[in-house]
Amino acid sequence: MSVQFLTVSPSPHIHSEDTIQKLMYGVIIAMLPALAISFFVFGIGALYVTLLSIVSCVIIEFLLTRYLLRKDPTILDGSAIITGILLAFNVPSSLPWWAIIIGSLVAIGIGKTAFGGLGNNPFNPALVGRVFLLISFPVQMTSWPVPFESRLQFLDAATGATPLAIVKEGVDAGIPIPQLMNEIPSYLGLFLGGLGGSVGEVSAIGLIIGFVYMLWKKIITWHTPVSMLATIVVFTGILWIINPEKYIDPVFHLITGGVLLGAFFMATDYVTSPMSSRGMLMYGAGIGFITVVIRVFGSYPEGVSFAILIMNGFVPLMNKYIKPKRFGNKKNG
Amino acid sequence: MSLAVNNIKTFPMGGVHPAENKLTAGKPIEKLIAPKQVAIPISQHIGAPAKPIVEQREKVKVGQVIAMSAGFVSTNIHATISGTVAKIDKVMDSTGYKREAIIIKAGKEEEEWADGIDLSDDLVEDISLGKEEIIKRVLEAGIVGLGGATFPSHVKLSVPKGRKAEYLILNGVECEPYLTADHRLMLEKGEEIIVGARILMKALEVDKAIIGIEKNKPDAIEKMAGLTADENGISVQPLKVQYPQGGEKQLIKAALNREVPSGGLPIDVGVVVHNVGTAFAVYEAVQKNKPLVERVVTITGKDMKSPSNFMVRIGTPVNNLVEAAGGIPENTGKVISGGPMMGKALNSVDVPVAKGTSGILLIPNEEAKRGKMKVCIRCSKCVDVCPMGLEPYLLMTLTQKELFERVEEDHVLDCIECGSCSFTCPSDRPLLDYIRLGKKTVASLIRERNN
Repeated sequence: MSVQFLTVSPSPHIHSEDTIQKLMYGVIIAMLPALAISFFVFGIGALYVTLLSIVSCVIIEFLLTRYLLRKDPTILDGSAIITGILLAFNVPSSLPWWAIIIGSLVAIGIGKTAFGGLGNNPFNPALVGRVFLLISFPVQMTSWPVPFESRLQFLDAATGATPLAIVKEGVDAGIPIPQLMNEIPSYLGLFLGGLGGSVGEVSAIGLIIGFVYMLWKKIITWHTPVSMLATIVVFTGILWIINPEKYIDPVFHLITGGVLLGAFFMATDYVTSPMSSRGMLMYGAGIGFITVVIRVFGSYPEGVSFAILIMNGFVPLMNKYIKPKRFGNKKNG
Repeated sequence: MSLAVNNIKTFPMGGVHPAENKLTAGKPIEKLIAPKQVAIPISQHIGAPAKPIVEQREKVKVGQVIAMSAGFVSTNIHATISGTVAKIDKVMDSTGYKREAIIIKAGKEEEEWADGIDLSDDLVEDISLGKEEIIKRVLEAGIVGLGGATFPSHVKLSVPKGRKAEYLILNGVECEPYLTADHRLMLEKGEEIIVGARILMKALEVDKAIIGIEKNKPDAIEKMAGLTADENGISVQPLKVQYPQGGEKQLIKAALNREVPSGGLPIDVGVVVHNVGTAFAVYEAVQKNKPLVERVVTITGKDMKSPSNFMVRIGTPVNNLVEAAGGIPENTGKVISGGPMMGKALNSVDVPVAKGTSGILLIPNEEAKRGKMKVCIRCSKCVDVCPMGLEPYLLMTLTQKELFERVEEDHVLDCIECGSCSFTCPSDRPLLDYIRLGKKTVASLIRERNN
């Protein structure tokens, strides 16, 4: 007796449990705590923006993949959902519907499908959409609903400036930092979720929970976020020590303006970040550095999106020249 | 543990942790009845195939040389049953190709062993042979690396001029899932393995030996540590359960923090590595004058009725093992010679067990097929898990584009083919397949360049 039709293929003969879906849905699960806190703080506005963004990203991806790329759409792999959530995370909870759809179209169409779809895009799609909206519709994109105040309203929500903008404008007007501190919520409040700003950046704690989850599930490694945050702390820390009247402390920089959101969920995007851990360290440091330069010396109050997009552009170069430590090759070590 | 056991160590980068599935860890080694017919391939080792020295219809005894070593990197082949040489013919072996083998049919009378072989179980501890005699005996006994590499052992014992070995490392890691042949051998033949280690140390003129064992075998660690407590210079090194801990380069790095240079050999850092199974075979050859005619083979699989560890005569059809373990399960989709990470898929269960066959693994249909290849999402997991610090995704792309100069520059020849990259890829990309292709092409380009 013998079995017919044995499969013969080269080793290895077993495979890990990892699939694209599993990794992508892991990221989505990691975003849920921040999302939940955001619903609580901003109310139906956040819910509306997020759902609309997800639905439009998925539909646009489906249509473009099928009729433009003429490939089988793989919308169920979860990557379009992630782009949708990330786009929503990066806009105010009062953004009008047409702006969300335009943002989705740019994110998926120009940011992703134009380059050939998943795996081929050099720039983070959600950030491409976000920056396009910021430049095209600056008013809508910088009207930030005040936390907790108009949770049941959407379009007529009361708006206010973000803490980062308050500090930036104050410093530009020559007001010393200690005086400005009275105008922004306490750090604890900011940490837990009292931050005026975009849907996703509202709660540092929610983002940190997601980050720990992704590390635990081995979805991402620590290299990019830690290197990015450390660079921001060191750079702003030096400025702060030099002149605390003019430069605000590193903790403020860390918990405002989407630094954590960027570090955990956007700089770690598989497709647009470097392949070696050495490359990731350098990439994270570059993002941190550019972020601080834009914030402190540029005209935008925050700079994470631009910093990530700029560093995205360097990734192919980094992959070419920054190699992992080779075993048994001292000269490379 | 009260005994002098070092702290747990591991290799520094990469690696994966597949489900261990050591189904047969508690199964003692059983002697499988010698088959009525064996097909003994003349090429069961790396190097030149042995030259047959018997003729059709010639009577042979167990342990008699039937094919002679044909060069320095080659070794002897012995009859593994007594009877008559039926024919010398091409037979399909585990490579899937038909290759020359000596087929022996058992006689009606009782089994007859060649003269001078001590078949008793008595432990012989005193080593009377000198260095050169040991090496000669290892060659005569046809011993090769029994971990699966099948490199002739006498070659490894002949340290090149100008080099000096400092350490012998015995590889009892057995990091492949499912396999338990070495584990059982350490538990049941620990004393013999230690004597084997001392023989190898004498041949290599080293006074230090380390036995590396993964810590998922605490009983083996305890047993070996107990045996080495009074031995000068031999110690046990427990290792983290991390594949490929038993890779030669990884093991040396973990145990001694020495890095075998790219393109180099363990002897370049003063180390020689032998498998614990090889140490046992060396003991039998040197102390009992018994050549390599049988080995431990794990026969296993999730749906096997009674997965087992068998002491099997070389040349036994794989099917005999399968039958002895309860027959082939209906849903079998793949039969592997070796472990699931580095073993070879067989296209039939009629092939003979060879010196390098450490296990036979039956994989059910649903696990036998690979997933459909998807686009690379650049998650960098393949880079993360590569124990050699290579970039599998890049080597695959460069090979596809036939940019072999860059494949070479990116150290493709350092790949140890452990399969961690393909194992881990969430897009089911056949990374190692392409890397092997790249490696082969680069190696032949280098040969052309040197000619």
